[in-house]
Amino acid sequence: MSAAAPISRDQGRILFWLAVVLSVLMLAPMAWVLLLSFTENEALSRGTEAAFGGHFTLKNYSDIAGNSGVFRWFLNSLIVAVGQTSGVLIMSSLAGYAFARLEWPGRKVIFVIVLFGLAVPEQAVIIPRHQIFTTLNLHNTYIGLMLPGMSLPFGVFLMTQFFRAIPSEIDEAALLDNASRFRIFWKVLLPLTLPAQATLGIFTFLMAWNDYWWPLISGTDKEMYTLTIGIASSQVNFAQTEGLGFLAAQAVFAAIPVLIVYIIFQRHVVTAVSGGAVK
Amino acid sequence: MAALHRQKRLSNALFALPYLVVFAALLAFPLGWGVYLSMQKADLFGLYGFIGTNNYVRVLNDPLFWQAVRVTLLFVATTVPVLVGLGLFLALALNRRTRGSAILRGAFFSSTVLSVTIVTLIWRFVFIPGDGLLSIGFEAMGWEPIGFLSTRGWSLFSVGIATVWWCLGLPMILILAALQQIPADLYEAAALDNASRWRMFSRITIPQISGTLILVAVIQIVMQFQLFGQAQLMTNGGPNGSSRPLVLYIYRTAFENWDVGRGAAASELLFLIILAAAMLQFWVTRRANR
Repeated sequence: MSAAAPISRDQGRILFWLAVVLSVLMLAPMAWVLLLSFTENEALSRGTEAAFGGHFTLKNYSDIAGNSGVFRWFLNSLIVAVGQTSGVLIMSSLAGYAFARLEWPGRKVIFVIVLFGLAVPEQAVIIPRHQIFTTLNLHNTYIGLMLPGMSLPFGVFLMTQFFRAIPSEIDEAALLDNASRFRIFWKVLLPLTLPAQATLGIFTFLMAWNDYWWPLISGTDKEMYTLTIGIASSQVNFAQTEGLGFLAAQAVFAAIPVLIVYIIFQRHVVTAVSGGAVK
Repeated sequence: MAALHRQKRLSNALFALPYLVVFAALLAFPLGWGVYLSMQKADLFGLYGFIGTNNYVRVLNDPLFWQAVRVTLLFVATTVPVLVGLGLFLALALNRRTRGSAILRGAFFSSTVLSVTIVTLIWRFVFIPGDGLLSIGFEAMGWEPIGFLSTRGWSLFSVGIATVWWCLGLPMILILAALQQIPADLYEAAALDNASRWRMFSRITIPQISGTLILVAVIQIVMQFQLFGQAQLMTNGGPNGSSRPLVLYIYRTAFENWDVGRGAAASELLFLIILAAAMLQFWVTRRANR
């Protein structure tokens, strides 16, 4: 408890209860949407106060089950996020190994160039990317949605650091047994990087799942919408919509997968997100 | 044998090749191509010749660009202090080993994992006139309802509220980690000197985490300069551009008005601003780690 030394017991209690009050404000919007999602559209169209009426229904959720569009978006998001995450993990591990433990001409210079890529924001490259993908006819394809996220240097940076931290005796011992470099990488070193793989994997999956700008301009066919874009398209005619409850249910449906990942892997998610921000 | 391992060999580069190809094609090349585009007369379908700095001149003479600059600066200048301040408050309040504070930490971080479209959808359910949670609350109090998303002044404010709600988890977690790094014997030594709690706080706690506080502020400056989705989805920049930030200006110019050359020029200008902030971040991180 000494880490909190400058704060007395009573002060600590007051601070904590202030945080409790703040958390109510924090969670109220979520609770409100949850409440709306369990209320009938028809009742809501006469006034959203109906949500407090205590008549709950699962109809909005069964409407989602009957709505092939939302499921298609969900599937698209899953394909893109899993594909992009696998790509990033594979390429970052290979490149991290090469940068950290092998010697090749130009290695140091190229590593510095890649590091500079960390400072490039999306808007500096998104217009040219859009043109490149138009030329290659890659818009409205899964590979087209996955690829830009795989160019980010964060994964390479993270894996290089991780490979560097592994004692060099480990692969030198394997080298004495005449193992090939790929075998050393695959059998000896890669299993040691699992914690970093988990962090990078969760970080990339969340980035891909939540990405907005690139799928907005690349996956423009309704069939190719990711869930993020689908939810955006649902809310465009917000004022005219008759289905406020249905819309709320979509928000909940879209939030559930990431919240489940977050609750199960909370520590990993927090490490991954803060690691990605600090670099 | 170890010498073989250390040998410089071109074949070793093969391991890095897959990533380097993607990096070159989708990050390095577009970065250069963007500069080239910004000096071209261009639309979505092709290039119509070199026009030098013409696009830049057009951007810098566009009152809408300067409006977007003002909106962005105002947004950054208001959200970042709130994010750092609230983050510090929560970190101090929740820096305990109790179950309750662990749950609250989890709750405050939970919004961070949501996508921007869910965040804006949630906040529209709060802000919309008539049906929104605030509207209902105002009515119950007998107050005049406010069109939060469609009134000048309120629209950017509402985008800011949603943004703070979305982004608060990260400052809290980073500051919390810094608080836990402070060696306990510093406080013990101060306690032996009969230092007051306020003195310990201002002379030990704050100096010990000042590096992190600056780092958190710079990260948030870089992030909030890139405000896009919240403004596009909640207010679409309105009314009259009063909540249209720079990235939305770029998006409009390039992808709605198809003026790709001018959009590229505007994005290069934004890139320079963000690069300066990112360099600052790099420098601050270096210092904080030392």
